[in-house]
Amino acid sequence: MTFCVRLPRIGTFNAWRDVARQLARAGVPAGDVDWGIAGEPTGLFDDALPDGAGALSVPGAFVDLAAALIPERSGEGMAIAYALLLRLQGSRRLLGNRADRLVARAWQIGKTTRRDIHKMKAFVRFRELPSETARRRFAAWFEPCHRIEEPAATFFADRFGDMDWLIQTPEITILFEEGRLRLSAERNTRPAIDDDIEQLWKTYYAHIFNPARLKVKAMQAEMPKKYWRNLPEAVLIPELIASADLRATEMRQTLPSQAPPRAARILDRLHAPNQKRTPPAGRRR
Amino acid sequence: MDISNLKRKLAILADAAKYDASCASSGTDRRTSRDGTALGSTEGMGICHAYAPDGRCISLLKILMTNFCVYDCAFCVNRVSSNVQRARFSPEEVVWLTTEFYRRNYIEGLFLSSGIIRSPDYTMEHIVRIARLLRHDHRFRGYIHLKTIPDAAPELIEEAGLLADRISINVELPTDRSVRRYAPEKDAAVIRKSMAGVKLTQQDYADPTFRGRKRGRFAPAGQSTQMIVGADGANDRTILGTSVRLYSAYALRRVYYSAFSPIPDCSAALPLIKPPLQREHRLYQADWLLRYYGFELDEIAPADDAGMLDLEIDPKLAWALAHRGRFPVDINRADRATLLRVPGFGARTVGRIIASRAHGTLRYDDLRRMGARLGQARPFVVTPDWRPSALIDRADLRARTAATPRQMELF
Repeated sequence: MTFCVRLPRIGTFNAWRDVARQLARAGVPAGDVDWGIAGEPTGLFDDALPDGAGALSVPGAFVDLAAALIPERSGEGMAIAYALLLRLQGSRRLLGNRADRLVARAWQIGKTTRRDIHKMKAFVRFRELPSETARRRFAAWFEPCHRIEEPAATFFADRFGDMDWLIQTPEITILFEEGRLRLSAERNTRPAIDDDIEQLWKTYYAHIFNPARLKVKAMQAEMPKKYWRNLPEAVLIPELIASADLRATEMRQTLPSQAPPRAARILDRLHAPNQKRTPPAGRRR
Repeated sequence: MDISNLKRKLAILADAAKYDASCASSGTDRRTSRDGTALGSTEGMGICHAYAPDGRCISLLKILMTNFCVYDCAFCVNRVSSNVQRARFSPEEVVWLTTEFYRRNYIEGLFLSSGIIRSPDYTMEHIVRIARLLRHDHRFRGYIHLKTIPDAAPELIEEAGLLADRISINVELPTDRSVRRYAPEKDAAVIRKSMAGVKLTQQDYADPTFRGRKRGRFAPAGQSTQMIVGADGANDRTILGTSVRLYSAYALRRVYYSAFSPIPDCSAALPLIKPPLQREHRLYQADWLLRYYGFELDEIAPADDAGMLDLEIDPKLAWALAHRGRFPVDINRADRATLLRVPGFGARTVGRIIASRAHGTLRYDDLRRMGARLGQARPFVVTPDWRPSALIDRADLRARTAATPRQMELF
């Protein structure tokens, strides 16, 4: 018997949980289930889901782990989560055993999708849209590796509560309007929006960089190139790297300069006994 | 807002701020603006929204309110005797930049510092005013880190702590002598007194009132400090000793080590060097071993005259090589404290090993799945299927584990 399970793209985790419970209660082995997302091709053999009875129990840690496994794009995550659900019925403490290959692989996949969520929180860049209400409106485009839009959405709703915003990915639109969060599955393409503030952000990015401490590998480990095309500041990176050595060398080779005349006046006043704390002469605000 | 004027100031005041290493936005209370009346949220873990090509995380908008300064600290780009361009943000400009950057998801919040203008109190008042505008007028619930001025009035520092998530005061240099020499207008004793004041205020606010109410949250992400490494002659033993005292006396969350880095328009008193990045890295590793791995200062800091950490190998490996009698360690029997001392094992790996042992005997390959770096750990561990042949001579063992070549500090 093969069960071909195709889950909806939105509400995936809850749907997975319902089906997994049903299959597990009926004692369907992990190898008999083909997990996927609605719209993906199904195999020749696809039997109706069986009915089963009996209680299932899992430790709390499994719920969190499963939530991190389901968004994994290849379907391996959903399959492993189901296999673990079955095995947990026999050994409740299984998840602590990293020497177990399946458990180790599950934590590894979980780490990948959690990282993907973290990078989405970090690298989404909003651009402002005109608004007809008192709430300001923003839009962003992001390309996640896995199907993480749902678990990531609440972060943005918690953070940007007083504005309306929209995040589009190639498969999902996340819309937050008047405090209501809605997700819809639809094909999107990268929009073209300009935002003046980006030039200020780029100014900041260029000037907070210290050319005497160039560490390109460390940067790329955390901000891989695949994200660069959606990060406005990333266009500056090649030039900042190319000029870094010269800038650092110039700083070291420049001889100390004469202090400006006001320096002596200010320091005299500061070091004078019974100093009065008045603004130094000649300094404008 | 006049964007081009703001851009000019931002360039100057970010340049002025980049020598402060901290950009952390972790460890504060959880807040959200889901209710729709405010802007911002904080989670336990901070987010790095970008990385500069120096490999450093950009989490906060890290700027100076002004780089005008009446002090003359030799290591500082903003000292009064420097000819760098000067600028000053108005409070409204800082608030505008912070919230506009935040709304676009560039940052977690603001890290505001400043040169000393007029007087410590005058400067501190303006820093606090910016934080107050953000929190109250603009209902900003994101992260705020304020650098406080040691000589400022305690009431101002108290208000800063009630508005900010973290406050910090830089000790600047590892010894009092160096502070006198290179930061003549600062006083190391006053800096320590100020840190002690922050600690006491923190404890005071943590205690409920006699009616059992909390009076507010004072700097929930704690206080931190920074030491410049490589500007004065202090060795690593001295630096780490200072850190140990700071951690225990003032309950600091973090001591940041900042490799003395070239600045535009340097001081004649302090010639520029290539920043000792590898040394900075080893100090951070040692700092971690002292705080999370159960090592004592005397175990890590070299006792020889030079008192410098080994640049080629990390301090834990250096300790293990000097204490071979304690190895190899049996992975299936050793206690947590012993496992924490194995090179190539992080605290997480150790936690996983201990949890997994309850299920059965661990084999060599299992260690890899638990995140151990076996290239380092290999000669120091025993499993049923792995036993290192007699520990080889020191030069060879060093060579097998040391990967990074020595970095030249002076050039």
